[in-house]
Amino acid sequence: MTDIAWIDAALVASRPQAVAALLRYFRDLDAAEEAYQEACLRALKNWAVNGPPRDPTSWLIMVGRNAALDGVRKRSKQVAMPDEEQVSDLEDVETPMAERLDESQYRDDVLRLLFICCHPDLPATQQIALALRIVSGLSVKQIARAFLVGEAAMEQRITRAKAKVAEAGVPFETPGAVERSERLGAVMAMVYLVFNEGYSAGPKDEARGGLADEAIRLGRLLLRMFSAEPEVMGLLALMLLQHSRADARFDAKGDIVLLEDQDRARWRHKLIQEGVVIVEKAVRHQKTGPYLVQAAIAAIHARAPRFEETDWASIDALYATLERLTPSPVITLNRAVAVSKTKGPQAALDMIEPLEAKLSGYFHFHGARGGLLLQLGRGNDARQSFDKAISLANTAAEAAHIRMHIDRLIADSEKAKRA
Amino acid sequence: MMYAVLCYNDEQMVCGWSKEQDEKVMEALHVAHEKWEKAGKLKPSVRLLPTSAATTLHKAKDMVIDGPYAETKEALLGLYLIDVENLDEALEFSRDLARANPGGAYEMRPIHIYSPGTPIPGAYVAERQYANTPSLKPEAVK
Repeated sequence: MTDIAWIDAALVASRPQAVAALLRYFRDLDAAEEAYQEACLRALKNWAVNGPPRDPTSWLIMVGRNAALDGVRKRSKQVAMPDEEQVSDLEDVETPMAERLDESQYRDDVLRLLFICCHPDLPATQQIALALRIVSGLSVKQIARAFLVGEAAMEQRITRAKAKVAEAGVPFETPGAVERSERLGAVMAMVYLVFNEGYSAGPKDEARGGLADEAIRLGRLLLRMFSAEPEVMGLLALMLLQHSRADARFDAKGDIVLLEDQDRARWRHKLIQEGVVIVEKAVRHQKTGPYLVQAAIAAIHARAPRFEETDWASIDALYATLERLTPSPVITLNRAVAVSKTKGPQAALDMIEPLEAKLSGYFHFHGARGGLLLQLGRGNDARQSFDKAISLANTAAEAAHIRMHIDRLIADSEKAKRA
Repeated sequence: MMYAVLCYNDEQMVCGWSKEQDEKVMEALHVAHEKWEKAGKLKPSVRLLPTSAATTLHKAKDMVIDGPYAETKEALLGLYLIDVENLDEALEFSRDLARANPGGAYEMRPIHIYSPGTPIPGAYVAERQYANTPSLKPEAVK
């Protein structure tokens, strides 16, 4: 007898590899998904009675493939395949039929499955929706809730994305080294998008909050396949370290708590520990990339026992590396925060003022600028920046956070008037 | 007789547990731990970080590989718990051992939870235990 929760967890864990292998057989997303669904139905019946197979993923691939072939045979009135219910473990049946899938085959299968979700013609939101539906196996309803759209609208969006992908043609040839690394780059970006959807959700937004866990699961999957890639390590470590603060990032009202005000006892130390160790491993490769540098920055924050003990000089240096790797005004803006700690708010302000033209539509620019002006005692200028930030806030929590600064400004100026 | 009980499971699945699921299992385990600890029979136990955090030193070529030890030919013959500054120091430790004991590999896996269990009176000497086992006394074999 097998616990239904165990079966559920095993099915979820096996899904990416199983669907990816079935996609290789059928070369069609819908067919692969259908075959996998059928295999899951049979697993629910079979495993509960016969116990779990030794290798659930191979079992699902095997049964899914047979079920689909079975359907074809039935339609052409041929003899049906032997019933898998007679065996609990398909080890014997499976070996001669399905080639033993080695790691490298899984690797290209799963990479392909993830890669087709990041077709360049698909906007980011559709890439994420498609990956969540196909790779992670979330229901359309779950995804619709996460994106705050109706189920029918999301269904349509996913169908359209699938059609576009099908039109583009799925790349089935085994990729060469360069192509593999290009695919990996696109896939990592997509996984990080999924993570950010979850990360930016407020604490009450459970539908979207779960996406961070989902992205971490995909990150682990990638690292299992590309265990010596420093950037894959960097991506997983970055997500683990950022997610470690999840319980401390919002207060009881759902408002953002800044890093400096967070209760560090509420950080998840297991995630920090794992993230820090992975960064340590990756650094040994002496091949740095943007995810790894960002993870290293997050690791420095995570290691500081108190905000005041943060090693800002190292953070400044890491941001300088990041600016060099991927020049962007947003990175300079982040670096300015570190500079304000080491060289003071005026130096930081001088650094970000030239960015105004590029970042005038960016919430964080005005928020950070307001914060620096406030530190310099320029209350009125700060107020203006905060007002702009509020008008650009993406979430209620972001707006509430800035409003808190404004409230404090008003309170201070009233105190000053009274005095 | 002292035993090491090695814990195996599907990592993909266990890592996929939600925080609540994980806590539920840990609580249930805690009940079992407590029972054996009270009886004085549970010695140190550890929960390891996932294999994503593992590094392996292949002794023959002094080769450091990311990830866990994946070969199935070798068997697990022993383990050490060490408290070091970082991965580099763990590697230094492993290399010292490797010089004394060539062949095979050392997998270095960070420990997430360390529970000391019932204190072990004095230093534990494996041979002393064997000596007390009647059938293994040299005279018994004679």
